[in-house]
Amino acid sequence: MIRAAGLEKRYGFKRVLSGLDFELERGGFLVVTGPNGSGKTTLLRLCVGLAIPTAGTLEVEPDRSRIGYLGHEPLVYRELTVLENLDLYGRLYRVPERRERIGMLLERFGLWEARRERASALSRGQLQRLALCRALLHKPELLILDEPFSALDTDGAELLDRELAGMRERRTLLVSTHDPERISPLASGRLALA
Amino acid sequence: MLSYFEDTAVLARKDLRLELRARDTLPAMLLFVLSVLAVFHFALPSGSSRLAAFGLLWVAIIFTALLGLGRAFVAEREQGLLDALVLAPVDRSTIWLAKGIATLAFLLVAELVALPAFALFFTPVSWATIAGVLLADLGICAVGVLLSAMAAAGRARELLLPLLFLPLALPIVIGGVGASVAESSGRYLAFLALYDAIFALLAWASFEYVVTE
Repeated sequence: MIRAAGLEKRYGFKRVLSGLDFELERGGFLVVTGPNGSGKTTLLRLCVGLAIPTAGTLEVEPDRSRIGYLGHEPLVYRELTVLENLDLYGRLYRVPERRERIGMLLERFGLWEARRERASALSRGQLQRLALCRALLHKPELLILDEPFSALDTDGAELLDRELAGMRERRTLLVSTHDPERISPLASGRLALA
Repeated sequence: MLSYFEDTAVLARKDLRLELRARDTLPAMLLFVLSVLAVFHFALPSGSSRLAAFGLLWVAIIFTALLGLGRAFVAEREQGLLDALVLAPVDRSTIWLAKGIATLAFLLVAELVALPAFALFFTPVSWATIAGVLLADLGICAVGVLLSAMAAAGRARELLLPLLFLPLALPIVIGGVGASVAESSGRYLAFLALYDAIFALLAWASFEYVVTE
């Protein structure tokens, strides 16, 4: 659940978000749209706890251990292999039956064959798939995705479509996108930033 | 409590594995410390006192440590990975402790080469000097990793880290040189231990505020 009232964020003198009110109920799916620089990424970083509001209130449930986040960067170590990266996060998030969970995600996202490759050897699309595996590893209740379709090829994008459709019943989703038509049919609400 | 050390171990193992793969930091520290000692060997006039030689040893140690500290958060900074670590449900001070352990390991390896080289070029090293170096390493890593994380968030990070670190390292140099050359080295070693305890506690408690906005 996310509830924002009069949310404002400034960096120095630059006001990125101003007087934002919205609510995302548990199990809801909110799509955030807007042009470049409208504050989509800032909003998502606020929701995940990576930034602090300048003014207003923002309530987010659950706590960070149950939130999955996909940002602009894949947030994986380039010198570690695909398996080592997921194992690292699996340990930090205390994922039960870690190896089975990692194997299942790698199969689902078409990365099993590349599991022993270093992340630096992956294509941008494969890195995005790995980042999605990382974000989903601990079965988060709230999933926050910042432009998840970027860098994905057609197969990857279709896979993500299916994943989002499947997740819709089990998780709360907050997704920013430049392509609202793609996921709007799945969403329960839309927040347009100017 | 157990999970705190488990998380620290997971993060430290990751940092050591990254260094084994990339070999970015340790070879540079080894080459640097050996080069500095070789330059000092030729720069110091013959017949110079052992006091001057020990002063140079501590200069070499501090700047070698600075080299390692400057690279402590390179992967996190360049790939935005600090976000991932901050979001993980671990006590954020485990990030500081794990980086400190990894940096300490690199520094110890560098000193394992540097101290025999110093003995070869200049003068034998006493047990008090070795104890001083070990205590100084703890303080260097405790303070240095905190400052390295602060500098990683800034723009002029290469400039910022030495500017922040060197003034705070002055007590370490004073204690280290004192332990190396004074007749009663005990009080200098105690001074270094006190420095370690105070600054480790401060760094441990304040790290969370450094890595979050």
